[in-house]
Amino acid sequence: MKKYTFTEKKDTRSGFGAGLLEVGKQNPNVVALCADLTGSLKMNDFQKAFPERFFQVGIAEANMMGLAAGMTIGGKIPYTGTFANFSTGRVYDQIRQSIAYSGKNVKICASHAGITLGEDGATHQILEDIGMMRMLPHMTVINPCDYNQTKAATIAIAAHEGPVYLRFGRPAVPVFMPADQPFVIGKAIVLNEGADVSIFCTGHLVWESIVAGEILAEQGIDAEIINIHTIKPLDEAAVLSSVLKTRCAVTAEEHQIHGGLGDAVAQVLVRNLPAPVEMVAVRDRFGESGTPDQLMAKYGLKAQNIVDAAKAAMRRKAK
Amino acid sequence: MSDIQKLKTLATQIRRDILRMVHAVQSGHPGGSLGCTEYFVALYGSVMKHNPRFQPDAIGEDLFFLSNGHISPVWYSTLARFGYFSTEELATFRKINSRLQGHPATEEGLPGVRVASGSLGQGLSVAIGAAQTKKLNNDPHLVYVLMGDGEQQEGQIWEAAMYAAHHKVDNLIATVDLNGQQIDGPVSKVMDLMDLGAKYRAFGWEVTECANGNDLEQVIAALQHAKTLTGKGKPVLILMRTEMGYGVDFMMHSHKWHGVAPNDEQLAQALAQLPETELKDY
Repeated sequence: MKKYTFTEKKDTRSGFGAGLLEVGKQNPNVVALCADLTGSLKMNDFQKAFPERFFQVGIAEANMMGLAAGMTIGGKIPYTGTFANFSTGRVYDQIRQSIAYSGKNVKICASHAGITLGEDGATHQILEDIGMMRMLPHMTVINPCDYNQTKAATIAIAAHEGPVYLRFGRPAVPVFMPADQPFVIGKAIVLNEGADVSIFCTGHLVWESIVAGEILAEQGIDAEIINIHTIKPLDEAAVLSSVLKTRCAVTAEEHQIHGGLGDAVAQVLVRNLPAPVEMVAVRDRFGESGTPDQLMAKYGLKAQNIVDAAKAAMRRKAK
Repeated sequence: MSDIQKLKTLATQIRRDILRMVHAVQSGHPGGSLGCTEYFVALYGSVMKHNPRFQPDAIGEDLFFLSNGHISPVWYSTLARFGYFSTEELATFRKINSRLQGHPATEEGLPGVRVASGSLGQGLSVAIGAAQTKKLNNDPHLVYVLMGDGEQQEGQIWEAAMYAAHHKVDNLIATVDLNGQQIDGPVSKVMDLMDLGAKYRAFGWEVTECANGNDLEQVIAALQHAKTLTGKGKPVLILMRTEMGYGVDFMMHSHKWHGVAPNDEQLAQALAQLPETELKDY
């Protein structure tokens, strides 16, 4: 097992804030809109640096999506910022008609995704957003794993023509990806090569998968760990070449078991290379209040859950 | 022939197009389309600076958005009659493999359309965003948007209205088509808008009126007047009273023809009231 270490923990939303400032410096067409969550989204630095390119929308997310669609006409690249819940479910029809169907170059940037939002509880813990967004034609869906990858993704999406859903989170998590990594949309990253089981993971579950890989290695199991930062378009070649070798898979995500990475990977495998798949995800339930760590444990999203899933997938392999 | 006479002839021909388009596929929305014909003729024929050699980013020209996308027949006919695409293409309206979708869309690349509309209440937000980009680009041209009156019941409209005033989006002229009708009946019975002008004024808009939106000279005058109100720190609204189904006697004074196509006999009866012009049927 390749060794991964970290010296600090940082929130992925801060990676977004840093990336937004950087891409704002690089590209004068980048504009940002925020629905009364500038501090939570870490958009203050961009606001300070480019006040004329920052638009406070107030608590009116539907309007924000329409504004962003309109701003693209004339060449601007709008980044919208609010919580993932209010970036998707609340404004699904606005995204569908004015952004996705209209092919608008809007970057929907969604913080506090998933259960690790914590104490605010289930009203704010959206676990369906990846599913909603990946169902939309034209939409690209990205869920980076740490501060560095979120920053790199935030910068990279400006150069991609078309709507993007960029999902990140609230808690401080290990920073383990290199700061100078190239971010290629749709290109999965193999974090560890292994022959026994493929672990396809995204977002906060990538670090948990690395920890799981270490536990598995101690038990003589050689896991291939693949960071799927882009859920749509999915790197199908990476999925298939890995499972061709390992013949079984685990998916790990901070999302409902329906509609997310697990469904995306399973669909590719069923069509091309049927193999056992175990899914680490929230099992068709709403979340609740608690600390992020308590919730990850209660809802089965910890390294040990991935270890158990890997063993279960291996037991189901064709003899 | 004077310019205004030419535009009136064009309005008659557009009305014929609308009726023939919805009749051909026995679907679509003739009522609101007929009621807004003068607005479209005034906008594209007199008021707005636009280029039929369509450029999606609209740099250096005015912009128009249709929020109540169901009146697509009047827009499509207008765009075709001003050379955005051939009038023959009007015959493909709502048919398979057409660029003329039931509601306006960009997916098939129809020149003249910059955003999809149909799900109501979204066009004002889009227009405001486009107007702000014009300001960022130092482009002095204006953004126009048409909305329905029933559509004012959508909450997003009021989010957008609040935003436009707060951010002083004063390069925008929004128009509400006050035909007083929606699918289930009169707007006043379904969900009364009460004093719509007072509502917009209270939100910080400059509000002006067009008493008869089916009088071409009045519509042009109202739009020209609205232009004089731009650039003064407030978004501008025209409350434009129209008659749904205008130009066809049996389609007026009712919500019945909001989304119903005429049959063969009704089409003949309607077209007899709007004789073919020298512009010719498509």
